Amino acid sequence: MSEIIEVENVAFSYSSSDIIKDISFSIETGDFVGLIGPNGSGKTTLLKIILGLLAPRKGSVHLFGQDLRQFKEWGRLGYVPQKATNIEKNFPATVYEVVSMGLLSTKKLPKTRAVSDDQKIREALSVVKMEKFGQTRITELSGGQQQRVLIAKALVTSPEILLLDEPTTGVDLDNQNSFYELLGNLNREGITIILVSHDIGRITNYVTKIASINQTLNFYGSHKEFCSRDPDHKHEHSLCLDR
Amino acid sequence: MIEILSYGFMQKAFISGILIAIACSLLGMFLLLRKFSLIGDGIAHISFGGVAFGLLFNIIPFFSALLFGLIGSLGILRLKEKSHLHGDTAIGIVSHASLGIGIFIASIASGFNVDILSYLFGSILSIKPTELALSAFLALAVITFILVYRKELFYMAFDEESAKVSGINVNFLNSMLIVLTAVTIVCSMNVVGLMLASALIIMPSASALQLKASFRNTLIYSVLISVFSVIFGLVIAYYYDFAVSGTIVIFNALIFLSLLVGRRLQTYISARKIGD
Repeated sequence: MSEIIEVENVAFSYSSSDIIKDISFSIETGDFVGLIGPNGSGKTTLLKIILGLLAPRKGSVHLFGQDLRQFKEWGRLGYVPQKATNIEKNFPATVYEVVSMGLLSTKKLPKTRAVSDDQKIREALSVVKMEKFGQTRITELSGGQQQRVLIAKALVTSPEILLLDEPTTGVDLDNQNSFYELLGNLNREGITIILVSHDIGRITNYVTKIASINQTLNFYGSHKEFCSRDPDHKHEHSLCLDR
Repeated sequence: MIEILSYGFMQKAFISGILIAIACSLLGMFLLLRKFSLIGDGIAHISFGGVAFGLLFNIIPFFSALLFGLIGSLGILRLKEKSHLHGDTAIGIVSHASLGIGIFIASIASGFNVDILSYLFGSILSIKPTELALSAFLALAVITFILVYRKELFYMAFDEESAKVSGINVNFLNSMLIVLTAVTIVCSMNVVGLMLASALIIMPSASALQLKASFRNTLIYSVLISVFSVIFGLVIAYYYDFAVSGTIVIFNALIFLSLLVGRRLQTYISARKIGD
């Protein structure tokens, strides 16, 4: 397996306070990494650095072997942000239009619709079992259904990596379970996944690796290795009990 | 209707009015979705300073308003970034400073207060041909830019962070959106005047959003409402000698109210049917 994300000595601070310090790890093709840690530990900050949304104070990130500052192939990544389902009630977008946004990363000006776009959108909606809702306004869907549509938007370019930041915030328990099932299936089909979550008990059935951070990287390795060491923190302990 | 179109000044008014209506409604949709619609009012205040400056120094007010509008809009962006102020605070500071300049100039200079009124309240039928041609050309440029970048702007309105991750140059498009607003406001100064300039940006889009359609159709409805209101305003003004700007804005307000009430009624009727 090859390394597709390399994080080397990354540090980030707001004003003078450190948010994360000297974090290094690498993710291989096919990994399903659960990025865990308590509130304020820097999980979202680290994810945003990997995505190029924040510039690290120190260190570097490589995606597919390329330095992030030169990286341009954004269609190889799919991203589902935090509070993604917090969509404005009046927002005028159908499910089809939302998923089609995902295709913009693969197009150059003039960004006209290609014949194959319809097929890609239909396929992405079919993966998340939302193919019947193409012409429905996204605001008319439940939180769980909206979440599936946003996954379809992230999947429409057939990305190699899917990055999700607390994706189940505001989604009910039943829908959370089927959502994690869906992620598990996608991972089995070969998509590398990085999932930021505080809901550590729930993700343990699906992740293959755990990155536990609290400003610094406390642990990075397989779930088995994680549980075989002495858990210092309550949240780490619950992660092992639930599996 | 045929009689109106036989006059050269009315033909020009229709052409530039329709182009400006299209530019305002297209731009307005993105500003509304990003909760940034009041920047239109701010830039209108800034342009007032430019108009007064132009009248004082004998510069065509359209050009001085455009210059003030562009510098002011970029100033708002800069102030917001550098001083970490909220967007509305930055708009308030820059726009009121420019408004103050305008009022100060108007108070020390005498003799052009009548001219200033025509810029404040709009005077499409008596505007100079050069200004009319330039505003039509700029409106066309705004329309072209928005149509080319509509998908990116739509994505940014939906989720700016994801748009950035997909490689869209969010900073460039944000700056362009503000600059184009300045250009559009100055262009629409001739149609509805600076006092009501942002009305054509806000009202047609707000009305179209009541129709609960797809983004593509909402954008089309917004353009149709805007164009129809400008044509209606010009025709009514011609036959009944009403103020064009006031008529356009009242008409837009009536459309919005009708659609809002219609939508509420529809929801009420649907709820009753389910209850039965």
